[in-house]
Amino acid sequence: MLTLTCPYCGIAAEETELQPGGEAHLKRFGPGSSDADFEAYLFARKNPKGVHFERWRHAYGCGKWFLAARDTATLQVFGTYAAQTPHPTPEIVAAIRAARPDWQPDWATTNATSAESPKA
Amino acid sequence: MSDNGPFRLSAGGRLIDRAYQLPFRFDGRHLRGVQGDTLASALLANGQLMMGRSFKYHRPRGPMSSGAEEPNALLGLGQGGRFEPNQRATTTPLVGGMVTTSQNAWPSLDWDIGAINNLMYRFLPAGFYYKTFIHPRPAWKHLFEPIIRRSAGLGKAPTDADPDKYEQAYGFADVVIVGGGIAGLEAAKQAAAEGKSVAVLEQTAQFGGRTPTDHADGQARIDALVAELSNLPNVQLRRNTMATGLYDHGYLLAREALADHDPNAGIPRQRLWRIRAGQVITATGALERPLAFAGNDVPGVILASAVRDFINDYAVAPGRRIVVVTNNDDAYRTALTALDAGLQVPAILDARPNATGPLAEEARKRGIRVLTNSAIAGVKGHKAVEGVKVCDQTGSGTVREVIDADCVAMSGGWSPVVHLWSHCGGKLKWDDAKAMFEPDPNRPPTGADGKGMVLATGAAAGDLQVAALTGAVDEQPILPVWIMPAQATRKMRFKMWLDFQNDVKVSDVQLAAQEGYQSVEHTKRYTTLGMATDQGKVSNINGLAILSGALNQPIPATGTTTFRPPYTPLTLGAIAAEARGDVFQPLRKTAIHNWHEANGVAWEPVGLWRRPYCYPKAGESHSDAVAREIRAVRSGVGMLDASTLGKIIVKGPDAGKFLDMMYTNMMSTLPVGKCRYGLICNENGFLTDDGVAARLDEDTWLLHTTSGGADRIHGHFEDWLQCEWWDWKVYTANVTEQWAQIAVVGPKARDLMERLGGMDLSPEALPFMGWVEGDLGGIPVRIYRISFSGELSFEIAVPANRGLELWDKLQAAGRDLGVTAYGTEAMHVMRAEKGFIMIGDETDGTVIPQDLGLGWAISKKKTDYIGKRAQERSHMTSPDRWKLVGLESVDGRMIPDGAYVPAEGHNANGQRNTQGRVTSTYISPTLSKPIAMGLVWKGPDRMGEVIEFTNPGGEPVKARIVDPVFYDKEGTRSNG
Repeated sequence: MLTLTCPYCGIAAEETELQPGGEAHLKRFGPGSSDADFEAYLFARKNPKGVHFERWRHAYGCGKWFLAARDTATLQVFGTYAAQTPHPTPEIVAAIRAARPDWQPDWATTNATSAESPKA
Repeated sequence: MSDNGPFRLSAGGRLIDRAYQLPFRFDGRHLRGVQGDTLASALLANGQLMMGRSFKYHRPRGPMSSGAEEPNALLGLGQGGRFEPNQRATTTPLVGGMVTTSQNAWPSLDWDIGAINNLMYRFLPAGFYYKTFIHPRPAWKHLFEPIIRRSAGLGKAPTDADPDKYEQAYGFADVVIVGGGIAGLEAAKQAAAEGKSVAVLEQTAQFGGRTPTDHADGQARIDALVAELSNLPNVQLRRNTMATGLYDHGYLLAREALADHDPNAGIPRQRLWRIRAGQVITATGALERPLAFAGNDVPGVILASAVRDFINDYAVAPGRRIVVVTNNDDAYRTALTALDAGLQVPAILDARPNATGPLAEEARKRGIRVLTNSAIAGVKGHKAVEGVKVCDQTGSGTVREVIDADCVAMSGGWSPVVHLWSHCGGKLKWDDAKAMFEPDPNRPPTGADGKGMVLATGAAAGDLQVAALTGAVDEQPILPVWIMPAQATRKMRFKMWLDFQNDVKVSDVQLAAQEGYQSVEHTKRYTTLGMATDQGKVSNINGLAILSGALNQPIPATGTTTFRPPYTPLTLGAIAAEARGDVFQPLRKTAIHNWHEANGVAWEPVGLWRRPYCYPKAGESHSDAVAREIRAVRSGVGMLDASTLGKIIVKGPDAGKFLDMMYTNMMSTLPVGKCRYGLICNENGFLTDDGVAARLDEDTWLLHTTSGGADRIHGHFEDWLQCEWWDWKVYTANVTEQWAQIAVVGPKARDLMERLGGMDLSPEALPFMGWVEGDLGGIPVRIYRISFSGELSFEIAVPANRGLELWDKLQAAGRDLGVTAYGTEAMHVMRAEKGFIMIGDETDGTVIPQDLGLGWAISKKKTDYIGKRAQERSHMTSPDRWKLVGLESVDGRMIPDGAYVPAEGHNANGQRNTQGRVTSTYISPTLSKPIAMGLVWKGPDRMGEVIEFTNPGGEPVKARIVDPVFYDKEGTRSNG
């Protein structure tokens, strides 16, 4: 029963108010993408013991999706932030570094580009 | 005094009031206790030492403890719907008129036929299930399993519904202190002084823990603390409140007993607190451990602290001649207490080589024989202690002397109660000198801020004496004793109990180690050590110490089993609380709900909605009613309450572009005033919802979803809008409940609609797949000409508060037309007659639109939509996919629901291969024959072929593959 603070309405929300949405910062691969890229986008999810970025929706509150950075083992929450960010914000990175000096961001390699809008 | 029972002492009894006598029954016998008794103390006072039988060997069992850890004295309590099995006699307060029964004994507690297992102990060792019942194979099903099932489980489940009420409440506090002993109360005082909001949860009816019993001025200290805390506005004190589990981020569950076993109190029986704690302080104390000596399970062998409690708290003598056996100083307090109460203590057997502490000196001064390096080699007696055989602790059990006794007070040391600390990840450390696991303050469970969220204090932290608060005297160190005597023979080890309820002995754990079990978790499951209703509170440490010895490794290398909530059993009633019966779930009602109810509806639950399934008339079966409703629609006019359909508004300059991504077909090109059927897939390509979209104006669409899909699809839209295309200018709103929706369906539908007047509903003014707004009979409506039945059909959306009014007007106006209300089943059958798919019937999360012949609803022009890329994967485009076809029974029998079409050969698991399955199957009243749809391998290429469907218990059903549209293939009827 986690509590996460919704960055939109500022409420410290009980887990029962929230809908989980899996890994954050995925880059969508659509038509024209390679089988390998599409497979990775659709199925290959990180499941780390430690620092993790997740999507949550304040479903029984303001209805907004937001992102959370937390440690899956100790349940420490480093922060919550807006869903409209291609990567964790500098504040979140700093909060993680303060608690986990050895932690290294991995989006330079796996999330090379920001989440772009496909041109419909 | 005999009124209070033969074993009631003439004076004392901290918790009882002798003036109030309480009658109760035990196994049919009428007995009396007094106000303040527990069931255990009342039974002991009456000389009823034996209170149950153990699970495996049916050995006689008396109480071993005086608290929540009790493994033996478990009773069936109450009658009828209030019957509860496995209630601990040691914690159940006596209430006048209580009816109690012993368990696991037949025909009687005193003479139990199951005790024959006791003579077979050599053939029922650890893991005997796994070894014995293997061959012959059929014997398992027909012989072994039925016998094991009959003997499995302790206590009986009640058969009637529980008539009591339970409730739940939310609580919040900066600091929650679990345990109202001296350490907990002092911690509360300190936290309160810091200005924090504080809650103290005490599991028993009294604050104080062991302090009032074990220290001369203990009661006065506790009384003063409670008085001080009671006056503080920021402190809540709750007695009878058991903290059962600690979860993530300080979420604590606690059960408060409000009117346990007192059905006439007129208040809820229990309250389950759901507390969010800023910090938790565990002041949960410690539990005394038994000693493993031969015969340690005979009734009358009791933990030393419990003997002290029975004497001090209830003025009950567990025996008149009490031998104390110990490896530590604390048990000497029991000897002194017994002397004070006028009981005999013929000897204290101390396993240590010498006993020189102040408590031992005082015992000697009072004339008690203190025998060091001494142990019990065996206990005389079967249903009660008659004496103990004394030997050297360092030897192999040569008997030095036999001492007559009727009670043994044993103490193997103490284990801090670390359950809550451990529930959420707190780690333990082993302290060699104190011979105990205690919370490691450097590795606490962590909260949201990454800091420790639990602090242990007092005995729960390993400070057993809490000397700073109690002023306890110095104690000589404990000597760890896991087997008594140290060189005990094999025969003796067969009689040394570790788990008293499940009958796990030293010999069983040693056997498990010999057979290769090394993990304590595996050994637990193999031997059932610690798996009884007490969850190993008194047995686990002794068990893992024996395992460590057998594996020749230190105790911390073995470690403990996992501590899991609840600390003591929770009733299902408290977990469910008010969520039962009518308020189990919220109920969603349409605006027309009451009309359905007044007109004989048979309800069908659809999500949280109730929808009419059909409206059976007197004497009609459901299938009769469905057939009548369908014939009425097809030949005249029917009305369906379609209000539960999801209705979502999507609006904004980019709404068209957005909907083109959400739907497989093109929504941006839909003209204002028109409707279009659309499909929604997930990113895996699978079809998840369908419905009709209507364009309301240049930048506004109204989307219909399935009844169960409205919230899910609205969430799906929001997910993509907020997280992927957040720069698109689109708003969504779920307006499902703002509108009632009524379908008027059948060849006479237009006739009926026109009778209400006010709108031109001619085919020219409102063509098929168009919509218009206006006033129908004076009520503002939007009418869609869409059809799910194949008939001429108008779906009227009306503001919800006028839905019933419109429904009534239509019913009144159509009486002479025979207007008939129809339900979901008629709707389902009619759509199947037309070959229309139903989400959840034709789809199951693995089906793509292309499987269902819906290629026409998939845009070829669009470069992208959710699911498009997935539908290009090789498996999705394979010619081997199962595809939708109609199925016509060859001999007029209906294809059974869920039937499969077998194929040649077997798969890798040895199961028969399959080549298709039925997805919808009905008897069509319109066509007077069975109709069905199904997904069949290469189905559309096999038109006319006859295939066989499985039919459990009967001959396979043969069916011909046909077009899925059974009725009105030309589609002319929807034009009226």
